[in-house]
Amino acid sequence: MAFSLLVMKLAEGLLVAMAIFALTLLFSLPLGLLVAFGRMSKNFLLRNLIKFYISIMRGTPLVLQLMLVYFGPYYLFRIPLGHGYRFIATIIGFSLNYAAYFAEIYRGGILSMPVGQYEAAQVLGYNKTQTFVRIIFPQVVRRILPAVTNEVITLVKDTSLAFAISVGEMFTTAKAIAAAQSNMLPFVVAGVFYYICNIVVAFAMEAVEKRLSYYQ
Amino acid sequence: MKILEIKNLKKSFDSLEVLRDVSLEVNEGQVVAVIGPSGSGKSTLLRCATFLETIDSGELVYLGEKAATTGPEGKAVYAHPANLRRIRRYVGLVFQNFNLFPHFSVIKNVTDALITVQKKDREEALAIGRELLAKMGLSDKEHAYPYQLSGGQQQRVSIARALALRPKILFFDEPTSALDPELTGEILKVIRQLAAEKMTMVIVTHEMGFARDVADHVIFLNEGVIVEEGPPAAVLDNPQNERTKAFLNRFEH
Ligand SMILES: Nc1ncnc2c1ncn2[C@@H]1O[C@H](COP(=O)(O)OP(=O)(O)OP(=O)(O)O)[C@@H](O)[C@H]1O
Ligand SMILES: [Mg+2]
Repeated sequence: MAFSLLVMKLAEGLLVAMAIFALTLLFSLPLGLLVAFGRMSKNFLLRNLIKFYISIMRGTPLVLQLMLVYFGPYYLFRIPLGHGYRFIATIIGFSLNYAAYFAEIYRGGILSMPVGQYEAAQVLGYNKTQTFVRIIFPQVVRRILPAVTNEVITLVKDTSLAFAISVGEMFTTAKAIAAAQSNMLPFVVAGVFYYICNIVVAFAMEAVEKRLSYYQ
Repeated sequence: MKILEIKNLKKSFDSLEVLRDVSLEVNEGQVVAVIGPSGSGKSTLLRCATFLETIDSGELVYLGEKAATTGPEGKAVYAHPANLRRIRRYVGLVFQNFNLFPHFSVIKNVTDALITVQKKDREEALAIGRELLAKMGLSDKEHAYPYQLSGGQQQRVSIARALALRPKILFFDEPTSALDPELTGEILKVIRQLAAEKMTMVIVTHEMGFARDVADHVIFLNEGVIVEEGPPAAVLDNPQNERTKAFLNRFEH
């Protein structure tokens, strides 16, 4: 296979990986906030249910979770799996998993806020929602950004786990070509692509951090 | 007119009785200084009055409107949320450590509640904010962030932030304690100016000279009880109670 063709094929896979990456962030970042609220809820049942969910998500391999989401509906309910479900299952699996990690990051950030911020807002008449949206959350974002950056960089690499349910992302493609040609060049090129992606991600996150560091 | 009436206020944290039957009144335009040893319950009293803590029993009345009364079982019962929200608007609080919003500029710190809570339009809020900053001598700091200011400047911003909402009564919890000694003067000056304008204020302070100067009424709190109160000349210069004498003695040396 010509090098340019290889790069083309891998780039196609890269697009899929980028779609997984972007959609996972799109769903898991807001979902993680909801999960964090559940985790901090006064309701005993909800709080512990969420705690259990988080510990499962963090305590078992993501590959295994992907398999469960993908094959689960068939094995449990005999629902036939359409071809498009692979990708959807990937997004569901990734989003559920990353939401758990983000939830813990959000929670840490929220708990690190000094109580004086809440009290000042309360005395000024802000209601709970206004206090969170205007006073607490913007400061939390700033505090958790480094931890979020770590997760986002991990996510770029984790997209390769979608190979487990044969989603045609870059790693799956690289593996197929490498096996067919008994040549490891595809892995090298894929590696370079992942690396470039993460340099871009790191650069973007640094820019965001800079933007948010207008105060101390 | 009575701005604040507190009757038989009791407050405990678990088994620790912090306020034991405290009653006091604050009239319009009056400046009340609250003094007392560390742990005597001064902050707790202010926090109860500003709804940061819920009282166990007793009455809390602002401008004749009952925020909390003692119910049939002897426990405090607060007013309906809608009424309580209205009553809360009468009250402002200046914290010892400012509690400014670090992600907001100075002007935003002062105007955000006007816009978010009181739904004033931007221009009106800005006008109010700028006027207050001018009064606090901070016009040139409008666009600065709190971290760029000295402690004294931050405290003046926090006073402006509280004043912007036009409270009927303003509480101060040791407004100068977090400041370097050379910065306390600028805050005391601002409070003096507010007193001259007949702002109703309750000030917890360790600055006895300042209390003597600015207060109409001094309350000495000891172990959760008001053991002595009256005009500053009486309480500070001619205390009757042994506890008060012992406490004030410590300040003279
Ligand atoms: N949230 C709380 N939980 C438990 N105990 C508390 C709480 N807040 C205050 N206390 C206790 O109540 C007592 C009175 O505290 P408070 O802060 O009102 O004293 P203070 O007169 O303001 O003292 P200082 O001059 O040191 O500021 C102290 O013994 C304190 O430890
Ligand atoms: Mg105190």
